[in-house]
Amino acid sequence: MTTLEVRDLVKEFTLRSGLRRTRLRAVHRVGFTLVPGRTVALVGASGSGKSTVARMIARLEKPTSGTIAAVGPDGARIEDRHYRDHVQMVFQDPFASLNPFHSIEHHLARPLVLHGRAKGREQVRDRAAQLLERVNLPAGLMDRRPHELSGGQRQRVAIARALAPGAQVIVADEPVSMLDVSSRLGVLNLLARLQREDDLAVLYITHDLATARHFSDSIVVMNRGRIVERGPADDVILDPRHPYTKTLAAAAPDPELRGRLRSADPGPEASSDRDHLTYDHDAGRWVDIDADAQAAVTAA
Amino acid sequence: MSHNLSPQAAGAAADVTRDAVLTVRDLNVVYQGATPVHAVKDVSLTLHRGEILGLAGESGCGKSTLAYAVNRLHDWPAEVTSGSVTFHDRDGEDLDLLALPPGRLRRFRWSKLSMVFQGAMNALNPVTTVRAQLEDVLTTHRPGMSKQERGARCAEVLELVGVEPRRMASYPHELSGGMRQRVMIAMALLLDPQVMIMDEPTTALDVLVQRGILREILRLRDELGFAVVFITHDLPLLLELSDRIAVMLRGEIVEYDTAETLYRQPRHPYTRRLLDSFPSLTGERGAFLRDGAASRTQVPTDGGAR
Repeated sequence: MTTLEVRDLVKEFTLRSGLRRTRLRAVHRVGFTLVPGRTVALVGASGSGKSTVARMIARLEKPTSGTIAAVGPDGARIEDRHYRDHVQMVFQDPFASLNPFHSIEHHLARPLVLHGRAKGREQVRDRAAQLLERVNLPAGLMDRRPHELSGGQRQRVAIARALAPGAQVIVADEPVSMLDVSSRLGVLNLLARLQREDDLAVLYITHDLATARHFSDSIVVMNRGRIVERGPADDVILDPRHPYTKTLAAAAPDPELRGRLRSADPGPEASSDRDHLTYDHDAGRWVDIDADAQAAVTAA
Repeated sequence: MSHNLSPQAAGAAADVTRDAVLTVRDLNVVYQGATPVHAVKDVSLTLHRGEILGLAGESGCGKSTLAYAVNRLHDWPAEVTSGSVTFHDRDGEDLDLLALPPGRLRRFRWSKLSMVFQGAMNALNPVTTVRAQLEDVLTTHRPGMSKQERGARCAEVLELVGVEPRRMASYPHELSGGMRQRVMIAMALLLDPQVMIMDEPTTALDVLVQRGILREILRLRDELGFAVVFITHDLPLLLELSDRIAVMLRGEIVEYDTAETLYRQPRHPYTRRLLDSFPSLTGERGAFLRDGAASRTQVPTDGGAR
């Protein structure tokens, strides 16, 4: 069983405008741990840095500082060359993440062969069929191409592909936001089932607070690159402390509150003195990561 | 902004007795492929002035085809096989949209009925500025306008949707998704239309931006008095926003009622299923959630049995 430890992650991008260069800090000192059998939801509006975190975990982007380490059951850090055997990603858009020129079998066979999970035509085909069965798809889809499948089926194929290398840690970046409503719950329930059966560690990235609450054990809320609130899913949603989490929770459509759109605008999100703080529900207090880091330096 | 509707007025907006602006009667649209697909079946709808009509359904249920057919934007192999679409102009004239000759149709589109397309953020031309794209509408439909008047009108609509007019010089890629969406809405407002059809205008946006745009639409509706057809699969959003809702399934309208009734007493099983597809934020966890056993026995809804 693999655990993924993310510590003090920082990502800066250089912006060029004419001759001027500025640095944009997209992710500031983000840290969390993905444990086998548990789902962590990473929640935030667009531009909050959540996808940048996912891209760094998938090693598509190099962190400016901080560490991302996959730790095996024996407590030893997994070598870089085996990292992708353990950590795999499911992307938002199943229309873009599958290659339109290749059959479904090819999409599953490639990772099986590359990661040494199967050898020979027969075995590869058997394993691919098993993977399809695990994601509730008939093996008959094997010879189809992505455009012949519905959005929900394609996302199931993407999940099967992530499982193909035998991954223990799955990073799902908005896995259902492009899907039809009726297939959304199906895909989320599938992820939950696979997680239970395989004891997977899952990072579920979304801006939908309702599914974040129902499909994860704990929630991490990000705003402007910082973690502003973290804790058990129900605590964060039912008892939000940070003003940003409250704004986010209030923005979700709610038929019970019909007519509130017509009432006065609550105005732009009030900037508060707590913007740089994190509320930690487990610790039950506000945390200032910058100050804590300072204190650690002085203590050392 | 003192134009906000009181709850009573909001209730009146759903009043069926007020005058209609768009009537669709028994509309049928068929895609004449090798095997013809009946995409819209006997659809009848009435849109009243100042009303927000929600059109809910999943991809492939025919809601976009319906919107395109109303505007006669559909293209072969799609064909309107029967039915009528009538536009009741503000000055009392009734226009049979399906019989309009090409010249009049061109003048009608956008000036009386405009549309915000699905994926609006990618509908802008990437190689010209926002200004050029907005002014293009005015040079086509209002050839008599001077350059200054055009610039002023473009600035005015951008301000209406909350985009700074100086952003007119920008190219689409220099704007955020939410801003591009607003520019598209501004473009749809340019000619002061009486009906606006919005096809999934906020789906790709996060909840905060979405909320801002919805407020904008309601405020503009109250100020300018146009009617909106709002197409989306997000039923909770429609329940909060619209006066009446039509639920579409396989080309047919299976339920058509006020938002309130539809929420309290959904009659069609499909409406109930759609409502159940959205887990509530603060409510109890439904039995169907995080229950792998249930999802396995459930009939695959996305055609998994093909």
